[in-house]
Amino acid sequence: MYFLRRIAFAIPLLLVISALAFALVHLAPGGPFDRERKPASPEIERNLRAKYHLDEPVWKQYGRYLGDLLHGDFGASMKYRNHSVSDIIAQGLPVSVLLGGLAFCFATAVGLPLGFFTAARRGRWPDYAGSLLAVLAVCIPSFVLAPALILVFAIKLGWLPVGLWSSPWHMILPPIALGSFFIGQVARILREGMLGAAQSEFVMAARAKGLGETTLLFKHVFRIALLPVVSYTGPMLADLLTGSFIVESIFQIPGIGVFLVNSTLNLDYPMIVGLSLLYALLLIGLNLAVDFAYTWLDPRVKYE
Amino acid sequence: MACFLGCSRHEPPADLTIINFVEPESLDPAIITAQADMRIVSGLFEGLTRLEPVAARAVPGLAERWEISPDGKTYTFHLRTNLQWSTGGPITADDVVYSWLRELDPATASDYAGQLYYLKNGEDFNTGKITNASLVGVHALDKFTVRAELIHPTLFFLDICAMPLTCVVPRQTIEKYGDQWLNARPLPVSGAYELAAWRLNDKVRLKKNPRYWDAANTQSEIIDILPVGTPNTALSLYERGQVDIVWDKELIPTELTDVLLKRPDFHTFTYLGTYFFRFNVTRKPFDDPRVRRALALAVDKERIVKKITRSGELTTSHLVPPGTANYAAPDGLGYNPELARQLLAQAGFPGGKGFPRFEYLFNAGAGGANLNENIAIELQQMWRDELGIEMEIRQVETQVFWGMQQRLEYALSKSSWIGDYNDANTFLGMFLSGDGNNQTGWSNSRYDELVHDANETTDPAAREKMFQQAETILIRDELPVVPLYIYVGINYFNTNRISGIWQNMLDDHPLRCIRKIKPRP
Repeated sequence: MYFLRRIAFAIPLLLVISALAFALVHLAPGGPFDRERKPASPEIERNLRAKYHLDEPVWKQYGRYLGDLLHGDFGASMKYRNHSVSDIIAQGLPVSVLLGGLAFCFATAVGLPLGFFTAARRGRWPDYAGSLLAVLAVCIPSFVLAPALILVFAIKLGWLPVGLWSSPWHMILPPIALGSFFIGQVARILREGMLGAAQSEFVMAARAKGLGETTLLFKHVFRIALLPVVSYTGPMLADLLTGSFIVESIFQIPGIGVFLVNSTLNLDYPMIVGLSLLYALLLIGLNLAVDFAYTWLDPRVKYE
Repeated sequence: MACFLGCSRHEPPADLTIINFVEPESLDPAIITAQADMRIVSGLFEGLTRLEPVAARAVPGLAERWEISPDGKTYTFHLRTNLQWSTGGPITADDVVYSWLRELDPATASDYAGQLYYLKNGEDFNTGKITNASLVGVHALDKFTVRAELIHPTLFFLDICAMPLTCVVPRQTIEKYGDQWLNARPLPVSGAYELAAWRLNDKVRLKKNPRYWDAANTQSEIIDILPVGTPNTALSLYERGQVDIVWDKELIPTELTDVLLKRPDFHTFTYLGTYFFRFNVTRKPFDDPRVRRALALAVDKERIVKKITRSGELTTSHLVPPGTANYAAPDGLGYNPELARQLLAQAGFPGGKGFPRFEYLFNAGAGGANLNENIAIELQQMWRDELGIEMEIRQVETQVFWGMQQRLEYALSKSSWIGDYNDANTFLGMFLSGDGNNQTGWSNSRYDELVHDANETTDPAAREKMFQQAETILIRDELPVVPLYIYVGINYFNTNRISGIWQNMLDDHPLRCIRKIKPRP
């Protein structure tokens, strides 16, 4: 019931988001067809604006947009005039999802053991070394890490390609560059969670009953400590799956992240609104998934 | 995992891989405006003429010959009789007429339609004053003959016939698919290459068109064109051997320019483009030509090219670049701070006293370089030191910038112009009174008269003289604009491995001529 209510509530929320995005982009100074070369006559500009209905009042344009949206049509890009927004998303999103998915796997595959290990060895040198590693992973931005990885593994050693996205070899460096920030985050959140859980009464009770340390850590402490990691995962996945402008630009990957940034620079109205909706939809969906995961991980959590 | 495998598509490797600058806005000859986009589209579609690769001059394309009437106003083109679309079926004179009228059709809303205003009634048809297309000066006399009637003898008309906007496009496909026509497969094309694949931000793959009239001389079977806008990425891909050619001047990392330009595989050349700044002459005190001249005379252009641009740019006092066909530009104002101070004093601002603060407007440059900003700062300092006047600099988003410049919401603004065709008119025509690209508020009846008369004459020497007089008004007397330097184009590729590219003023390199002579190491 709770989840059905949440899903029902998402619809007006998306409507509000689309209306806000639509209003804001039209308020921004400049227009999608302002360019260096002025068309030979004002008539050409008028024709262009009429073709994309920019000559109508904004509320009417929004109504038209919503009508098309109900038919699953996000409109035509005003920058890439041979492509519809749906076409651009259909081409770019799978690539970004793959890149983001790989980065997520990488981040959790390294971050979870790192967090676990540092918490289990709390206050000893492996904890300090691991925590330092986690802090470094958070601190080094992808625009520094990515060129460094390219320099070492692609140019100096010649093991991997510099960029592009056409074979599994091309899919090694970019997920590392994109995921490393999250390694640090995941490790730190898990470590804090485990240290907190280790103090809780049910763990003390279990220990008093004579449960072995290893079983205790894996079966009880880890499971509870995973909760904050999971709630962090929702927005993190939404971020990862919609691509990264920086990583996609540096490795020349045909994802959606580049469009997410460039559409605002180009004032490509339908693209900006379409991509905002996509991002919102992902965020809502993933947060819902997080809540769902909670009920499964922690029997104490119940939604009415 | 399915996607993992699905994403590693099994395509044959390309014979040639070129980095061409960012994702094309479109591949429709009537829509594109960026030069990089034109380099791809020229491979897909051809006009009555085409550019040869060495000096980028117009030579016979779909038309094998033509006659020009003695008054220079009627061109009769004879098409080759063996022309075919890539999908089969003949290309005829009707296709040429359709393509030109489509360019002018108000519904197409082509930014470049103005280039066909040279045709009789072209402008009236484009602006909707007349709706009868048969009144426009382009007609099919028979299956293989096209007649173009012009308003003035237009010396560069054959160059226009090679520009993408006049290229021959497939009527049936366009009428069937509308704006999405380029996504039709197979796509009928008139040029040397077919569009095998077009994936956004990934690649445009071109495949040799065996039905092209000159297919025997097409040098490469498959060409991949990659959209890359980040200079460091372009350079890394090139250094690692993942691409063969990088050919846009924006794709060289500015911090490495000095080192890279010393290498034999980096090729620079003077380009048909000028960097300058505009005055808004409707604003005080810039309505006074003495003030404009004073500011121009106080600019040390050497400092800008030595300190900031650093690719061997030529400083310039004139707007039309050296090397432009049939034209030698007159000299404008040089660097003379003493004279500048005198002029400023005459205008009522001795030592810069009482000069109002003003703003210099610019946009962020492409490729992440702060070129425009650095030049603005340099100008700010020069005018403060030499003239004692204070300028503020203001950066705005590119899209906002164009709008503000067009509406004259600026005092001074960064500007540049790349010639559309190799003729002085592409630069000088811009500053006619009321031209959409004038954007300074400046008008001068003598200037208008000279440019118009120059375009009426069929005598190249007389024409050059009139253009020179007009440019003198522009850059010596009135100065609504101050030219700073001539652009340098940069291509990088290894001449021992690639043949068929020559550096020319238009930075145009027909794809059909390029070939790899040795494989990548």
